Amino acid sequence: MKKKTKKKTTPKGKDESNDRLVGFGTGVLTQINKMKNPDIKLPIRALSNIYFDEKHKLIRLGDKVSHRTYLNVAHTRKFMQTLLVASECKKIINQNVTTSIRDLYYALKHTIPGTNENTFEDQSESDPILEDLEAALNTLREALHLQADRKGYVAGHIMINDRGDRIDCAKMGSSGWAIPSNVEPEVIKFEKCTADFVLVIEKDAVWQRLNEDKFWRKQNCLILTGKGQPARGTRRLINRLHKELKLPVYVLTDADPWGYYIYSVIKQGSINLSFLSDRLGTPNAKFIGLTVQDVEKYGITENVTIKLNQGDVKRTNEMLKYVWFKPKEWQKELRHMLEKGYKLELEALSSKGIKFISEKYLPEKIAKKEFLP
Amino acid sequence: MEKSAEEMAKEQKEISISQFFEKNRHLLGYDNKIKALLTIVKEGVDNALDATEEAGILPDIYVKVEEIEKEKYKIVIKDNGPGIVKKQIPNIFGKLLYGSKFHRLKQNRGQQGIGISGGVLYSQLTTGKPTKIISSTGDGKDHRFTLKIDVKHNEPKIVENEVVESKEKWHGVQITFVAEGIYRGHKQSVMEYMKEVAISNPYANIIFDSPTGRIEFARGVDKLPPKAKEIKPHLYGIEVGILERMRNETKGRTVLTFLMSEFTRVGKLSAEEICKKAEIDSKISPRKLTHDDVVKIVNAIKEVKLSRPPTDCLSPLGNTAVEEGMKKELSPEFVSSLSRPPSVYRGWPFQVEVGIAYGGLITEPNLMRFANRVPLLYQLGDCAIAKAVSQVDWKRYGVPGDKMPDAPVVIFVHFASVWVPFTSESKEAIANYPVIIKEIKLALQDCARRLGLYLSGVRRAERIAQKKQIFERYAIDTAKALGELTGEAEEKIKETILKIVEEKWREIVAEEGEENEKENQKENNSKGKG
Repeated sequence: MKKKTKKKTTPKGKDESNDRLVGFGTGVLTQINKMKNPDIKLPIRALSNIYFDEKHKLIRLGDKVSHRTYLNVAHTRKFMQTLLVASECKKIINQNVTTSIRDLYYALKHTIPGTNENTFEDQSESDPILEDLEAALNTLREALHLQADRKGYVAGHIMINDRGDRIDCAKMGSSGWAIPSNVEPEVIKFEKCTADFVLVIEKDAVWQRLNEDKFWRKQNCLILTGKGQPARGTRRLINRLHKELKLPVYVLTDADPWGYYIYSVIKQGSINLSFLSDRLGTPNAKFIGLTVQDVEKYGITENVTIKLNQGDVKRTNEMLKYVWFKPKEWQKELRHMLEKGYKLELEALSSKGIKFISEKYLPEKIAKKEFLP
Repeated sequence: MEKSAEEMAKEQKEISISQFFEKNRHLLGYDNKIKALLTIVKEGVDNALDATEEAGILPDIYVKVEEIEKEKYKIVIKDNGPGIVKKQIPNIFGKLLYGSKFHRLKQNRGQQGIGISGGVLYSQLTTGKPTKIISSTGDGKDHRFTLKIDVKHNEPKIVENEVVESKEKWHGVQITFVAEGIYRGHKQSVMEYMKEVAISNPYANIIFDSPTGRIEFARGVDKLPPKAKEIKPHLYGIEVGILERMRNETKGRTVLTFLMSEFTRVGKLSAEEICKKAEIDSKISPRKLTHDDVVKIVNAIKEVKLSRPPTDCLSPLGNTAVEEGMKKELSPEFVSSLSRPPSVYRGWPFQVEVGIAYGGLITEPNLMRFANRVPLLYQLGDCAIAKAVSQVDWKRYGVPGDKMPDAPVVIFVHFASVWVPFTSESKEAIANYPVIIKEIKLALQDCARRLGLYLSGVRRAERIAQKKQIFERYAIDTAKALGELTGEAEEKIKETILKIVEEKWREIVAEEGEENEKENQKENNSKGKG
C-alpha cells in the first residue's frame, strides 16, 4: 500500500486510481490508529485560491487547503460522505465498470443505522463531495470510472480506437462522432490522423453547416463542437489532440463576452477545475473569430449586430482586468466592443451568403494566420 | 291586585341565615353533586388543619369518602387536634355564622364560621341524615353528638348526645357526614384537592381512603410554620365606611388615641400628622367626626408615611416547605420558590409565595392556587393569581406557551393574609387588587427566571450531548468506507473511532461554537462554487 502523497500528475490508469483511493483511505486510517482526530485536506476551489501561471499560461490551483475533520459537528457528516464516495469509486474501478454520478448517489444512499437519516439525502449532496474528492486526489471523475455529461462532436481525418472499436471520424455522416466523457488514453487511442489542425466551434448549428460543406475535407482539419461551454471530456480531447498529435487548435465562437469566456476556459482552464488545468487546458489554442473588428474588415452590415446589454458591459469590463486577457490584441478587441456597443453571433456571417463562413471567412483567416492570442 | 303597605308588611319578616343558604347553597360551594362532595371534604380538612396548627400539633388527618348508595356518600374526617369542649360542639356544627375566626385579624383558613355547619346543612337537606361528631380533649371521654340544624331559627338541633369512655386516650375531632354527591377523578376533584393540600401543608400527614383505594400523603417536613399572631388593621387602604364604623365602636376618647389604639403602626407623631393634614382637631372625640371629616382623614392617610404592618400576623410556609411539598408530591427535576416580603392591600397585610416545579414526573402544565394554604379549585378565570400568571411573558424565560406555560410546569401560588379578599362566599377566587397581582407577578417572574436559567443549562447540556451523538452516529459508515478502502476490519476501525470520540469530544465541543459557524460557511461557499 502506498502512502498518500501529493502528486502533481494525474493517475495514468485503473491501477493508479485504485492506489490513490487506497492511499487516501490509508492516510485517514493512520491518523485514526494514532488516536488522532482524523482530518482530510481539501484544496480550496474558489477564486481566492487560484492564480495564473504565466509560464505555462494556465489557471492553477493555489496551495490553500481546508480541513475536513471528523470531530467537528459541521464536518462529520461530510467527512463520512467523502469516505463513502471514495470507497464506492474503488468498488466501481475494481469491477471495471463505469457508472454515472446519479448511479453513485443511489449506490451510496442508505439509512444510517439507528437513525432516520440517510447517508445522502439527494444528489446535490453527493455531487459536490465527488468534486471535493477529485480535488483531494488530484484526479478526474473519469479516472474514477464515473461519467460526466457528454455533448461534444468531432468530424474529420482521424481514426480513433474506442475500447477496441475503430472509428473513422471522416465517415460519421451528418452527426459526427460523439465524444465520450472518458477520453483517457486507456479508453480512447488515436490510431491515425492526417489532419493539419483542429477547429473548435462554439455552436452546434455552425458545426453542422461546416460538416455539410465538408469543410474538414477541403481544409484537411478536424471540426469539433462542445455545444456551448465544452464538457470535461471535450476539453480533455482538445488537450490530447494538441499535446499528442501536435495539432494547432483554433477556436471559433460568437463575438461576445460569453464566447470569449468559452475560449479562455479551453485555453487556460477554469477556476472550479483549476487542479486539472494541465489536462484540460490548451494554452497554445488560438482565437480565430468572431471578433467585433471583423464587422468592418469583412463589410458586415451593422444591422445584424446585437446591442450590448448591461451584463455584457459589466462582464467585458471585468475581463479587461483578467491576466489572461492582458495581451494587447485582446485589450484592443474588448475595448473596441465596448466602443461600438454591439456584439454579434456566428450566424451573422450568413448575411454575406450561406457558404461565406466555410468558403471565405475561415480559409482566409487560416491562410493569413489572423488570430488573436 | 294591589296590596297595601300594611298588607305587605305582614309578609315581610326576618329570614334566618340558614334559610337563606338553604335556598342559596351554591354560594357555599354546593352548586352540584360533584362540587358538593369536594366542599364537604374541604371544610372538614380546613377545620382539622386550623385546629391542629393553632394547638401547635403536627397534623395527622384521616379522610374517608365511601359510596353507600348510588350518589350517596359517607364522608369521615378525623384529626388529632385539641378537640372541642362539649358545650361548644352544637353551636360550632349546628349554627351558621358561629365561630371564633370572624372577629379577629389573623391568618386562618376559615373566616366566617359558615363552612362546617354548611356541610351539616347540606347533608340534612339532601339525605335527611344528621351529622355525627365525636370529640375528645384527651381526658379519656368521647363526646358523641348527632346533630341537625333548625333551619328556621339557625339553631342546633341535638338528635343524640352521649359521653362514653374512650378506649384509647386521644384528642381531636371526628365528623361523619352522609350527603349526596358524585365522586370523580378529574381535575377539580377531591383527589386533586387532597394532593394540593398535601403540597401546601407538607408538615401534615394525611391518609385518604378514596372510593378507589387508600392514598397516603406522607409528612415532608417536621416543623409547623410559625404561628400567626392577631393584629389590628393598618391605615393604608382603610375605607370611609369602615372608619366610620370603627370611630363609633372605639374606646379611644380623642381622634388621636382612636388612631393610635385601633390601628397598627400608628404612633403619636403619625396620628398628629394625619390630623394636621386633614385639618382636624386631634383632641375632639372620634364620635364627633362628621362624614366629611372621615373622608378628609382617609385622604390625609395617603400623604403620611407609615411603617408596613407587622408581619407576625402572617404565617408563610417558607421556601423550604414550599419546595419540599412540591418535591414530595410531584417528583419534579427542578423546583424553585420565592416568598415575597409582606405587603398591604386595603390595610390588610398579605404575603405571596410562589413555587415552580418542572419536569420529572410532571407531564402537563398545572396552576395550583392557594389561599391561606387552602387549595382553590374553581373560578380560575376570576382569580388574581390566574391573572398574574397570564401577565408573565413565559417565552422570555425559555418556557413555551402564551399566558400559561405549555410545558411540564406546575405553578404553586400561595396567598397568605389575615383577610383573603375572596370574590364569593364559596371562597374560590381571589379578588383582582392590582397590588396583589403585582406581588404575585414579581414572585412568578423571579421563579421563572431561575427556571429559565436551569432550562438553558439543560438545553446546553442537551446540545453538547447531541454533538457527541453526531460523532457517534457517523462512525459505522465511516468505518465501513475506510474498511473497504484499506482492507482493515470494519469493527476494529469503528471501535477506534468511538474511542477517539470518547476521549476528545468534550474538549472539541468546547472549542467549537462561533468558530464552527465560520468554518461551516466557508464549506458551504466552496460547495456553492462546485
